[in-house]
Amino acid sequence: MDVVLLSRIQFALTIMFHYLFPPLTIGLGIFLVYMEGMYLKTRDPQYEAATKFWVRIFALNFAIGVASGIVMEFQFGTNWAVYSRYVGDIFGAALAAEGIFAFFLESGFLALLVFGWDKVSPKVHFFSTVMVALGSIFSAIWIIVALSWQQTPAGFAIRDVETPAGVVQRAELTGFWSVVFNPSAMDRLVHVLIGALILAAFFIMSVSAYYLLKDKHEEFARKSFAPALVVALIASLAIVYSGDRQGKIVGELQPAKLAAMEGVYRTTDGGTPMLLFGIPDSEAKTMRYKVEIPGLLSFLVHGDSGKPVKGLDRYEPDVPPVAIPFYSFHIMVGLGIYFIVLTLYGLWCLKKGTLFRKRWLLWVFVFSVIGPFIANQLGWVAAEVGRQPWIVYNLLRTGDAVSKGLVASDVAGSIVMFGVIYVMLFAVWIYLLDEKIKKGPESASNPK
Amino acid sequence: MDLTLLWFILLGVLLAGYAILDGFDLGVGILHLTARNDRERRLMINSIGPLWDGNEVWLVTFGGAMFAAFPNAYATVFSGFYTAFMALLFALIFRAVSIEFRSKREAPTWRRFWDWSFFGGSLLATFLFGCAAGNALTGIPVDAEGVYTGTFFDLLRPYPILIGLLTVSFAVMHGAIYLFLKMEGEIQQVIHRWMWRGFGFTLICYMLATIFLLAGRPEVSRNFREHPWSWVIIILLVFAFANIPRAIYMERPFYAFLSSSFTILMLVCLFSFTLYPNLVVSSTSPAYSITIANAASSPKTLGIMAIIAAIGMPFVLAYTIAIYWAFRGKTKITEHSY
Repeated sequence: MDVVLLSRIQFALTIMFHYLFPPLTIGLGIFLVYMEGMYLKTRDPQYEAATKFWVRIFALNFAIGVASGIVMEFQFGTNWAVYSRYVGDIFGAALAAEGIFAFFLESGFLALLVFGWDKVSPKVHFFSTVMVALGSIFSAIWIIVALSWQQTPAGFAIRDVETPAGVVQRAELTGFWSVVFNPSAMDRLVHVLIGALILAAFFIMSVSAYYLLKDKHEEFARKSFAPALVVALIASLAIVYSGDRQGKIVGELQPAKLAAMEGVYRTTDGGTPMLLFGIPDSEAKTMRYKVEIPGLLSFLVHGDSGKPVKGLDRYEPDVPPVAIPFYSFHIMVGLGIYFIVLTLYGLWCLKKGTLFRKRWLLWVFVFSVIGPFIANQLGWVAAEVGRQPWIVYNLLRTGDAVSKGLVASDVAGSIVMFGVIYVMLFAVWIYLLDEKIKKGPESASNPK
Repeated sequence: MDLTLLWFILLGVLLAGYAILDGFDLGVGILHLTARNDRERRLMINSIGPLWDGNEVWLVTFGGAMFAAFPNAYATVFSGFYTAFMALLFALIFRAVSIEFRSKREAPTWRRFWDWSFFGGSLLATFLFGCAAGNALTGIPVDAEGVYTGTFFDLLRPYPILIGLLTVSFAVMHGAIYLFLKMEGEIQQVIHRWMWRGFGFTLICYMLATIFLLAGRPEVSRNFREHPWSWVIIILLVFAFANIPRAIYMERPFYAFLSSSFTILMLVCLFSFTLYPNLVVSSTSPAYSITIANAASSPKTLGIMAIIAAIGMPFVLAYTIAIYWAFRGKTKITEHSY
């Protein structure tokens, strides 16, 4: 295998493993603020025990998020040196801003959040919780600004730079705010944050449902389940709207990506159907076993069911692969619909007062937490693979961006290393999570 | 002031901040095996428990700032040191999770495994940082395109290894002084011996490193010959370093810790001043060296980044100090401890 493919595999591996944790900590951070705020307001010890419990869960996720995140900061340089030189002026700036504004805030106040219960007053502790939650959101803002800039570059100029080897080109910043508010940044940010909220809500429901099934910590479980259910429903509905906006932006600015995600190989005459199901055949450049709704894609993109959406044939040869974006996107949307149906039904049962007695439904909630984990991953997969063959859209090809002088065997070696570490970390994470959850909130007073 | 020079200095500040702060917790990571029982070990680990994570952020921000301010240097260093960096990441990840995981179960084998991985991770990371500094001082084979043309083993020559040992000795001393401050009772005597050992090894390594560097690459003293005022750095370094044994002897550990921290700051100044204006010295041809001029981002980006740093860093310093203040005093094991 060549260095480019190996480096892409490594990037996918490290970032996907990392991205299991940040959305959970972003969502749980917001939830912690609510829990501790309620404790400060009511002084109900139930809230205190609940806050302490969720802080322990939060800290575990945060630790693995940090450990796997260190890789991100250096990986651009190790494997993508050409890219780093090309975009450092812009991408690097956003990354440095993330360090200064977000990482220090999060990690500094995390110390007080986890270890500061007896060191500072409850109000200062609450302030720390707010700062940690804010830090994780700042972090999301800067990183999404940077990644969105790769999708829809703005506020830059391509300039020549002198080097010992001759003149090379790079992207230089011309407008800071144009970079920050590049066309896809804010909508993507909203989408990602709602995704984080859905994950945290499902996570809380999963743990709570488990307690209800085991007849443990029932008071705590009910107190956590109901608000999480409401948040999950609202967020699941909101993400449909946010996703629709995303789709329109992609259709306008990265039409080849949209065509790949929707599996439109050829431009149709008249309205383009929306595929509900299909199997892409990349050799014949066609979709097989299609299930489609006529004209719907045209309506969603153009607001006119008769106006065709351009297919990949119009963008050759710079087109992304179809299978990965198509499947990722469709499974993500399918999961989104599942979240709405499940939470609507859950809320209906809650209103009728039967929710906590329906054991099968509680079991469904216990396992449904896997859904948002997958959906969050797939959203990024669709976005990033759909951008190919570009690493920076219409400016720099992925194949040209990799470090020169890098040897395939070195990259293969580091992939094996990360693979081993991540499998181990994942196992330990699941094990400890399981243990912490089994121990539950009341043991807050006698940990080891 | 010239923006490239400003960012060169700011990178130095981030590097010094990292070396001083993570320096002591890496040292504790190496030293915690000297604890005689689980309680002592927990005390040692908890002395850095709330702080190591924030300390490591200085490194992450250093990486981000280098990417933003000198993308050429960032690209060359990280792709050139590929295998070394992967080993460093391996060490840092293991270190980070060891401290988190060891406390979760009481089984002795479980704890022993994480203790050794915490020790190994800390030792390897410290050593590799030193090697990197050693290679920066002697130069590495870099071609006109800024691509590293050597192999991993070219980075492990005697001089970088010596600097690696120097860094480990210094971290042991710095960490021991920190532990002496945070511990009480019998364990302090064990730590006391390690302060002296750390100091002794650091002194030997430092003298050897200086002799080798001046003999092997006399051109490194160029900046000091051209700018006589820079001898202030060396004088302050010598005084600060000499003050460490004095303060240990007088049993004033906090004073020793300040001296040790100030020594690190001066070492980073010495290192930066020796390198200036280079970021990566090419041993292939001086014309290929990556300097702050040919590696820098555009003035516009450097200016905006300076504003970001001016807004952000005062807050960072303020709450870092506040958080260290909150965790002042002797380490105690509580219900929230590791």
